[in-house]
Amino acid sequence: MVKRDNAADLMGLLSNGDRDLAAMWVAEVAGSLGSRVGSAELDRELRELYEALVQALRQGAVDVHSEEMSEVRALLAELSRNRARQGFSPSETAISVFALKRVLEPMLENGSADEIPAYLRLARILDGLGLFTIETYTRTRDELITAQAEQLLELSTPVVRLWDGVIAVPLVGTLDSARTQVVMEKLLQALVDTGSEQAIIDITGVPAVDTQVAQHLLKTIVAARLMGAECTVSGISPQIAQTIVALGIEFDGIVTKASLADALKLALRRSGVDMVAHTGTRR
Amino acid sequence: MTAPWTVDEEPRVHPVARSGDLVHVRQVIRVLAQRCGLSLVDQTKLITAASELARNALIYGGGGTVRAGLVEANGRRGVAAVFEDSGPGISDVGQAMTDGWTSGSGLGLGLSGARRLVDDFELSTVPGEGTAVTIVKWAR
Ligand SMILES: Nc1ncnc2c1ncn2[C@@H]1O[C@H](COP(=O)(O)OP(=O)(O)OP(=O)(O)O)[C@@H](O)[C@H]1O
Ligand SMILES: [Mg+2]
Repeated sequence: MVKRDNAADLMGLLSNGDRDLAAMWVAEVAGSLGSRVGSAELDRELRELYEALVQALRQGAVDVHSEEMSEVRALLAELSRNRARQGFSPSETAISVFALKRVLEPMLENGSADEIPAYLRLARILDGLGLFTIETYTRTRDELITAQAEQLLELSTPVVRLWDGVIAVPLVGTLDSARTQVVMEKLLQALVDTGSEQAIIDITGVPAVDTQVAQHLLKTIVAARLMGAECTVSGISPQIAQTIVALGIEFDGIVTKASLADALKLALRRSGVDMVAHTGTRR
Repeated sequence: MTAPWTVDEEPRVHPVARSGDLVHVRQVIRVLAQRCGLSLVDQTKLITAASELARNALIYGGGGTVRAGLVEANGRRGVAAVFEDSGPGISDVGQAMTDGWTSGSGLGLGLSGARRLVDDFELSTVPGEGTAVTIVKWAR
């Protein structure tokens, strides 16, 4: 019957006389978070958590991983995710749990000696819960960062329609394989969506072209050709041209132009648009 | 060739453990190349060579490190970088250095191309133990 006694001891701590521990807990946390979490919301969050914790201990939960703690874990995970999204630091998040330890401390001084083992056991459980919040917090932040990186990936590769039947992708920055893959897919999709037959890949903003970038470009161009479209690569700077040659990459059969303007002129000519320069008077 | 790290501070060590690290390596090399006063063409060549070697260390060597710093010899300054991994090593260096030869799905131009892009190039490898490639680009 050890388990029952344990539970009873812990329960004894948490339902100490007529003091509203939950309220003290809320006050302690509110003090450290300032006004960045609404007081009503904090009150609701922590009271729910408190109820769940009391319930879990009553059922004999021994640590954060106990079956009986599942409700507590769910509530804590929710709280940690919210804090991470709202931009709180990991310590500001974990304080929500550790503050309960601090609230319980004065009772040690006033209580009996047999409460000390119970307090230590509860403290250990709370430590586990605190670490759990930090883990959830970190995971949420990682997910946020990954999501932002993906958004950036999308943002930084617009496909623009330059003319009827002519689309262009201006590439800017470092091309890693994930980004080049996105560019390739978006370009091919845009060819279909716009019914274009001319595509320009402008690499003016790309600082270096290594074998991987070159391979992705070559693959994109071959795929575009298979779809009946013609690709031009523009904006190859002198230093990139020399690097490509030294690397030994062959751009044979691929049309390249120094500038986007030249590439557009070529694309228009290929699609049968005549550009006439009006010099002075009309003839 | 043990790179003669003579200028400024000790060379910094940078990890190559995931593809995001390649971006960092390129940036580190770019900063060094600019500090060394390399021309724009030489900067681009060096950065590209570094990109190739770091990616090889990542893909074939299972990850490794890059040590990079400024060097000086015969009154010239340069940028040196050592790419090290403790992967499977290269059993046939001649074959690996051949234009167009790849054991994977690349163009097979990374190693041989990198050698053409820099001034000094030394590859040492022990099958089963790993590979180290040292490169230097000198300011003109
Ligand atoms: N650090 C390394 N450890 C083990 N094997 C390597 C290493 N670097 C290169 N190799 C071997 O040498 C071959 C040629 O390398 P190289 O960089 O020239 O071409 P690649 O990486 O296959 O293609 P890419 O043109 O995209 O670089 C590789 O396919 C690989 O088998
Ligand atoms: Mg390679």
